[in-house]
Amino acid sequence: MYAVNFLLLGAVMFSIGVFGVIARRNAVMVLMSIELILNAVNVNLIAFALMNGSAEGHVFALYVIAVAAAEVGVGLAMVLMIYRNRRSIALDELSALKG
Amino acid sequence: MTAATLSSGWFLENAWLIPLIPAIGFALIISLGKRMPQGGSEIGIASIAASFVISAGAAWQWIQRVNSVSGDGEHALGGVFGFARAILPAASEEGGKAAYVEPVIRSWTWWQSGGLEFGLGQHIDGLAVMLLLLVTFISLLVQVYSTEYVAGDRRYTHFFASLTLFSAGMLVMVLAENMIQLILGWEIMGLCSFMLIGHWWEEKANSTAALKAFFTVRVGDVGLLVGTAIIFFGANDWAVANGSNGFSIQAISGWAMSGEASQSVLFWGGVALFIASIGKSGQFPLHTWLPDAMAGPTPVSSLLHSSTMVVAGVFLVARLYPVFFVGFDILDTQFNLIAIIGGITIVIAAALAFVQDDIKKVLAYSTVSQLGYMMLGLGVGAWLPAVFHIFTHAFFKCALFLAAGSVSHSGSHHSFDMKKDMGGLWRKMPVTAGTWMISTAALCGIPFFSGFFSKDEIIDNAHNNGYDVFYYVGLAGAFMTAAYMTRATYLTFFGKARGAAAGEHHDEHATGHDAHDAHGHDAQDHGDHGHDAHGHDAQGHDAHGHDDHGHGAHAGPHESPWRITAPLVILAALAIGSGYLNAPAVGTEYFLKWVEPVGAEVELAASHGDDGDHGDEALGFGALAASEGYSEGCGYTDPAEGKVCYAPKVPHAVFTWGKAAPSIVLVFAGIAVSAWLSLGVFGDRRNPFRGLTTRFAPARWVHTLLVNKYYLDHLYERVIVRAVAHPIAAAAYWVNQHILDGIVNGVGTSGRRTGEWVYRNVDQRVVDGAVNASGFVASETGHALQPVQSGRVNQYGALLFGAATVGAIVLILVNI
Repeated sequence: MYAVNFLLLGAVMFSIGVFGVIARRNAVMVLMSIELILNAVNVNLIAFALMNGSAEGHVFALYVIAVAAAEVGVGLAMVLMIYRNRRSIALDELSALKG
Repeated sequence: MTAATLSSGWFLENAWLIPLIPAIGFALIISLGKRMPQGGSEIGIASIAASFVISAGAAWQWIQRVNSVSGDGEHALGGVFGFARAILPAASEEGGKAAYVEPVIRSWTWWQSGGLEFGLGQHIDGLAVMLLLLVTFISLLVQVYSTEYVAGDRRYTHFFASLTLFSAGMLVMVLAENMIQLILGWEIMGLCSFMLIGHWWEEKANSTAALKAFFTVRVGDVGLLVGTAIIFFGANDWAVANGSNGFSIQAISGWAMSGEASQSVLFWGGVALFIASIGKSGQFPLHTWLPDAMAGPTPVSSLLHSSTMVVAGVFLVARLYPVFFVGFDILDTQFNLIAIIGGITIVIAAALAFVQDDIKKVLAYSTVSQLGYMMLGLGVGAWLPAVFHIFTHAFFKCALFLAAGSVSHSGSHHSFDMKKDMGGLWRKMPVTAGTWMISTAALCGIPFFSGFFSKDEIIDNAHNNGYDVFYYVGLAGAFMTAAYMTRATYLTFFGKARGAAAGEHHDEHATGHDAHDAHGHDAQDHGDHGHDAHGHDAQGHDAHGHDDHGHGAHAGPHESPWRITAPLVILAALAIGSGYLNAPAVGTEYFLKWVEPVGAEVELAASHGDDGDHGDEALGFGALAASEGYSEGCGYTDPAEGKVCYAPKVPHAVFTWGKAAPSIVLVFAGIAVSAWLSLGVFGDRRNPFRGLTTRFAPARWVHTLLVNKYYLDHLYERVIVRAVAHPIAAAAYWVNQHILDGIVNGVGTSGRRTGEWVYRNVDQRVVDGAVNASGFVASETGHALQPVQSGRVNQYGALLFGAATVGAIVLILVNI
């Protein structure tokens, strides 16, 4: 079943994204990794829609794209503000929320 | 007689528009009123006028409908039919001509919950039509009057908005097809009365009065909710079996008379509903809000006390009369709750009216007393006279309040104090005084004025139905009513002008008041007003003081402008005329025919197949069954299989002048005694011999004679008032303070003790212990988990995905 290939692609993208989120220090890279994760989800949704022959998956993928756009907009705005205040976007320096 | 002969018409079918138009008017006034040239009052008047036109049309078509049932012969004979029935009740009942006229019922689903439908709709019968016409008419006059009375007020627009919504609330209630709608209208009125009584809320007393009115009525409202619930659970099975539900007023009526209703359910439901009426209609234990409600502007008092608000409680009892009729065994007992409360209210309120100086408070207590008559009438089975008394009372009480407002507006510098700022006004305000006199005559029940025809019927029927105690209570009330109204009339319009009525300015009030206090009139000099105080007598105003008109319209008392006097004249005309709609003394019985539902058995339509949208005749209608005497029939025996009764068959006393004589004699006696005492006490002349008493021994005897007048004063103020009214007032106060307050305090104290115990044991130990323990646990857990909160985004991400991975693994393992 060739749809399995799409699922594998999604899994790989997801793993790369997770690695990026966990390992990268640069905030922009982390945001990009999150985009990668979301797109992995999209690929999965489309793949399942293909397997079930239904359109719902496509609809949800469109939703995810819209949400991702909003999320990255907010994220980039935050990154900009952080940069303005600290002249740096290294995430490991941002631990003001330490409990 | 079949259903097809029942005539209907556009106005009857669309009577639901009547409350809707003022409701829309309210919204328009609130949103646009401030920008209108007349501040929104024109919208209010227009909407009420439109409602009045529809009401009049509905009334006309309702009369057609009744005539169509009564048959051609009846049509031609008109009132003679009812007259004959009153004279020969048994005979005409046996003739079987009186048929139950099916109300025009429509309902729409408002909302649904748990399989129950809550409807909005209309239930148009004689009672509803009568009140619709009454409410819209009085509201219209009051609004016209208000354009002058509150002109220039800071919240002019809001005043008219509230007034319009107030009328709409009453109309919603009157139209109510079911109990939910009735409660809706009832509560709208409660809210609007709060807004209107507290219209001038800048003064603490006014806002306090508004709160008092609201909360007192709310106490009764609990009874309305409880009673509705009791009746609903009692009636629902029967009602559903007959294609309706337990909120429908018609279904409740049918159920109460069906013989299937449990007596105790009806009794306790009736008690709870009657508590609501006590609160709303100012009956004895909860009447205290009504006099305080005088804090509102006079048009509000007038509307509140005549056709809306306070008659809502009476209307509730009249509307659900079968429940009370069966529940309280009216006509089978000598005493029942409604009659007792009504009787107590008549006497207590009338006694209190004697000691009021505020003209509006006299009228307020008079309203309470008259509402007592209505309740008494309902309690003794005199449904029709009670409802007729609502009708006549509305006109003359509205006129009295508007006249009092006119006096205050143009005669006494916005004062309502009869002793300080009124007196002798009849020459300066002839229209106001004339309309006041006519309305007073109607209120006292002088023959050929409207109040006579309604109040005397209540008293007569109480006797006729075996309620002898209440017959005497009613007569005593008639005497007291005549007496206190004479006192108020004398103080306001006759005697010597005092305070503002004498043209004094406001800033002189303080000194003027002192001089007027405590029978000090003889020491006062009125010379600067051009009056010769010596010749002044109650009737002695023939040639004096015409130049008072020359004082100028602003300084002295003067007649009010036409927007105030026109409603007064109309209402005064009706205070005479409205009585002739049902005056057995002159042979008219239109109310009997048009308003009273005939207590006859009606065929219960087995299946009516309503679609719910046009639920005409929700319970079916049919021909009249043969009815018998007053020992059986509706309200006495259960209706036959497949038949239903919607109204009890009540007897009507036969009017004779001989039976009316006691009350007429007592009324005139009350007027005479009160006039004599008023002249003695308030109409005192200046005493030129005062100085002599210290110089000449013989003059002391003259002085003693003159002082004798003040003995009368003492007799009136101290002995009669103290011996009669004050003990009653004191007893009422004592009951209030010790028993009612005791109960309240007892409840409060035990509540507090319980609260303290709960605080010490439950709150401090159990609850606080539990709270502290959970807090401790949470704190320790927090400390344990603190290292996880590193503040590092990457670590959070790792935790998130780690948790997701664990979750995914668990999911896979579970699903395998």
